[in-house]
Amino acid sequence: MTALLLTLFLPLIGALLVLFVDKTLEKFIRYFTLGTSILTFLVSLALLFAFDPNNPNIQFYINQIWISSLDTGFRIGMDGMSLLIVMLTTFLSPIAILASFDSIHHRQKEYYFMILILQFAMTGVFIAMDTFLFYIFWELILIPMYFIIGIWGGKNKIYATVKFFIFTIVGSLFMLLGIIWLSQYVGNHILTTGFTTDYLLIKDAAPSIPLNYQAWLFWAFAVSFFIKVPLFPFHTWLPDAHTEAPTPGSVILAGVLLKMGTYGLIRFNLEFFPQASMEFSSIISWLAVVGIIYGALVAAIQTDIKRLVAYSSVSHLGFVVLGIFSMTAIGLQGAIIQMVNHGLSTGMLFLLVGMIYERRHTRDIAEYGGIARIMPVYATFFAIAMFSSVGLPGLNGFVGEYMTLIGAFTSPILNNWAYTIVAATGVIFAAVYLLWMFQRVFFGTNDNPANHTLKDLTKREWTILIPIVIFIVWIGIYPSTFTNISENSTRKLVNKIEQVKFNRTPYPELDKYIDNLKTDKSVQNKQNNNGK
Amino acid sequence: MYNFVWLITLLPLIGFVFLGLFGNRLKNEKLIGTIGSATVGLSFIFAFTLFLDMLQHPLEKPVIVNLFTWIQAGNFSIPISYQVDQLSIIYSLVITGVGFLIHIYSIGYMHGDRGFFRFFSYLNLFIFMMLNLVLGSNFLLTFLGWEGVGLSSYLLIGFWYDRKFEGVRITWTGQAANKAFIVNRIGDFGFLVAMFMIYVNFNTLSYQELHETLALNPFAYASTPVIVGITLLLFMAATGKSAQLPLAIWLPDAMAGPTPVSALIHAATMVTAGIFLLARNSLLFSLAPTTMIVIAVIGTLTAFFSATIGTVQNGIKKVLAYSTVSQLGFMFAALGVGAYTAAVFHVMTHAFFKGLLFLGAGSVMHGMHNEENIKKMGGLKKYMPSTYKTFYVATLAISGIPLFSGFFSKDEIMWQSFHEGNVLIWTILAMSALMTAFYMFRLVNLVFEGKERFDHKHIHPHESPKTMTFPLIVLAVLSAFGGFLGIPYALGFWFSHHPNFLDNFLHPIFKDANMVLGRSGLHHLAAAEYILMAVSVGIALFSIWVAYRWYKKDQNWTSPRKITNSIKPIHKVLWNKYYLDEIYFSVIIDPLLTTARSLLWKVVDVKIIDGLVNGLAKITIEFGERIRKIQTGFAQTYAVYMLAGAVVLITWIIFSF
Repeated sequence: MTALLLTLFLPLIGALLVLFVDKTLEKFIRYFTLGTSILTFLVSLALLFAFDPNNPNIQFYINQIWISSLDTGFRIGMDGMSLLIVMLTTFLSPIAILASFDSIHHRQKEYYFMILILQFAMTGVFIAMDTFLFYIFWELILIPMYFIIGIWGGKNKIYATVKFFIFTIVGSLFMLLGIIWLSQYVGNHILTTGFTTDYLLIKDAAPSIPLNYQAWLFWAFAVSFFIKVPLFPFHTWLPDAHTEAPTPGSVILAGVLLKMGTYGLIRFNLEFFPQASMEFSSIISWLAVVGIIYGALVAAIQTDIKRLVAYSSVSHLGFVVLGIFSMTAIGLQGAIIQMVNHGLSTGMLFLLVGMIYERRHTRDIAEYGGIARIMPVYATFFAIAMFSSVGLPGLNGFVGEYMTLIGAFTSPILNNWAYTIVAATGVIFAAVYLLWMFQRVFFGTNDNPANHTLKDLTKREWTILIPIVIFIVWIGIYPSTFTNISENSTRKLVNKIEQVKFNRTPYPELDKYIDNLKTDKSVQNKQNNNGK
Repeated sequence: MYNFVWLITLLPLIGFVFLGLFGNRLKNEKLIGTIGSATVGLSFIFAFTLFLDMLQHPLEKPVIVNLFTWIQAGNFSIPISYQVDQLSIIYSLVITGVGFLIHIYSIGYMHGDRGFFRFFSYLNLFIFMMLNLVLGSNFLLTFLGWEGVGLSSYLLIGFWYDRKFEGVRITWTGQAANKAFIVNRIGDFGFLVAMFMIYVNFNTLSYQELHETLALNPFAYASTPVIVGITLLLFMAATGKSAQLPLAIWLPDAMAGPTPVSALIHAATMVTAGIFLLARNSLLFSLAPTTMIVIAVIGTLTAFFSATIGTVQNGIKKVLAYSTVSQLGFMFAALGVGAYTAAVFHVMTHAFFKGLLFLGAGSVMHGMHNEENIKKMGGLKKYMPSTYKTFYVATLAISGIPLFSGFFSKDEIMWQSFHEGNVLIWTILAMSALMTAFYMFRLVNLVFEGKERFDHKHIHPHESPKTMTFPLIVLAVLSAFGGFLGIPYALGFWFSHHPNFLDNFLHPIFKDANMVLGRSGLHHLAAAEYILMAVSVGIALFSIWVAYRWYKKDQNWTSPRKITNSIKPIHKVLWNKYYLDEIYFSVIIDPLLTTARSLLWKVVDVKIIDGLVNGLAKITIEFGERIRKIQTGFAQTYAVYMLAGAVVLITWIIFSF
């Protein structure tokens, strides 16, 4: 529990401390920030060891009432899925911070403050076990991200950051409405114990909400998550935001922020509204499949490397959403591992694009050609990231893609092979756009005089990339290390969905549960009254 | 013993990792070459001991060696495990054996190249992946190898990434590498979907479990849509990897890679992966007669069409590439008529003679400053005698001259296509064989015989070093005598009832498939077999004679020139490979990219979605602008508003009660 609190609060403490440092001490601030995030990573390793993968429930649970009239609390905890994504966050953050050393040159104090706040908020999103707390962390992310793109971004940064902000906040408002309505409905009509934002309570009670209400609530949450994912057709903020953000911003954005959407879909939509999820699974899966093809096709014709990688995210996240709405154990497991994979491989691609951008200050594919000869190490790393992204077996991308596809194929809920067959053509297109770009940048002769003096990777850049490569290979060859962590919590969710599917009375033990709860509450109330 | 089969694959993996990481520090070509070759050589020795063991104690059932769980979720679990049986061991022997020779050859061929260590590292990676492909005990592990060999092929085709290479919309070798990978991916799509269907219907991806399920009651599955669908999809995968129509277009461009790569990957081993996949699932395919017909037809057509292209090409490697596509077509034709052993047999002999031909071509180019055009060669036999002799042996083998290896394997295919298939298939294959002998002897005559047409000032032909000629000689011996592993009954009946060693050896693999197809395995003599044999020998001799008359005796090439002129349009079509590439570009690729650019991106993304969002923002701003004007700042105006509001309210209150 201490480890969980530390994982959450260390970045915040670090951020506050940064405020007290003189802004001219840039080097100190850089290393201090890096140190904070590395320390956080080490602490989060303790979580990994303390976590019991056989227990499908929320672990390290902390419940501290905050606003008692709303039954809102500081409730945090994690299951297997949370743990994996939190680990991804604590792993990518130091890497992004190290990459900032090369790409952030002005207003450093503010920048490192922002990035630590960002890490704090991201971790919070993935461990919040209270809908209200979740919402706070969710919105908190917007602030540092808004500034990171808006201050340290590229030429078109203001347009991009405003667009990013507006898209996300529109989605969030729907979610806020959903949260309030849900708390009210569950609290007063199902549990009859009054308004509550306790995730664990809602999780068990919400499936009994009648379908017509569930549908509304489902979409209130879903739209917000779809924008974040982003699912076609809510994706147009992403290419702009990714392209304009500074390298570390893109890494965090692609690596972690997008996962908030897919995480939310599993954590809330599937858990709360399994019936509505089934109801809408086909339309959402079609959007995911369209996104896979659409993102790939549009990526293929981009002339800006970064924009190309950004569009590839639309394609990759389509696989994740498809896996989620297959609502099978393997599909969900695939989706979770694919979230991690996408964080690693797309994150690495953004880092690599950033490295060449720092050298040449252009991302136009046509400016390059024949780079492999003078930057062989860079080319090798790029090839690894590319093939991971293409889904080459033996590397991580394949495992996730394959599991989501087989999940969709075997899904009794989707019950249609067409999703998988169309989605699987994505493997062809992924090869098209990435290899084509790679060939134009790296192959051929180095004709552009501006590229003649390019230097290969520095030691720092090696340090940034090596850890990612290790995980790319590890997950590709022995994914069980990672899938085992979330196996049981996923299975529990799938069991719940299957119960709903076959019984139509969502939660057989609910009545008993509510009775217990009522007695508890009435005992509490009596005690309270006596106290008065 | 079999439990240590993972050593076969582990050694090349170690070679790949070690050379990839530390190769550039070694700085010593000999050391790098020795390490690279030794790993494969040791693998071969180990595979050979397993093979000997298998000869002594024949296996009735495959041995499955489990290593660890690869992908697992819910009930879905796929292990990394190897399947040792007659088929995988034969393939392993060819891969490591021919692979070892080509590694040795590369030490000489790649001498002085700046990417020397990289080359050997990639070659080792290829061997590793290819071994996983054939040894894998389930579809998914085979798929790993399948994609892995595609990766190494990509890396090796683009090995000289800054060299020019000519092709349709291809100017650099890197583009040829891309093409190979992407076209292969189209086939891989079929592989993926086939795996999904197998898993859903049989709840397993293991070859052995699938086989056992099918073997329990094969006829319950015969011709069901599921089986036909799965087999067609698997065949689609095979058309990609093994360069069959309509996906054959990548292989000729794959020649952009260094010649040892063409020999190893694009002739001897990787391109026969498709045949392996079908042979591995022989029972499955035998239950889908429709698919078998499709395979036979595609194989036959590919054999024919690429042979026609081969007759007019001038690049030494181009001719060999089309020849490879054509020979692969023969193998698929054999699979299509259910002659599994014949196909595997031809895979083996083809690995010997086609590997040899490519290495010979490499040796020629090595001595000719990378000249590829056979019209600019001639009379090379006196400069490079070893290359010449070995090349000649291989040419005799591919042409089907009796007692050379190609004769046995090709003749078995021809005979089976006649006996089990039909006359039409046989006729087309015979015509292809006729062209094969012709273009091969055209090649030999233009390269080694006749006038010296190269520029003596700049080019000084010379024989290649020993590291290169040694593999040539070994392969020449194999090309000459390898055929005796599969002596047909018609020629060997007088000394044994089962003279065909390979047939006996592979019997456990194919017995169920043969049972379904109604092949007894008992042979009887047929006059037709002798007649066909005589016909095909006659065809080969005739072609050789024509090539001799046209290209050696008459150094002005009058007859071929005359013929070319008289059929100019046809020649142009052949020269341009039936315009297949151009058709794909204008029908599929260009429209797709145009749609992506001008519709999806510029219209859907920018105009519609962003337009909608920006429009909403605009409306908000406009609305605000209008509302703003109400705030005039004059107290009188506000008083009027208040009055109006009060009137409205009062009216409403009065009328609503």
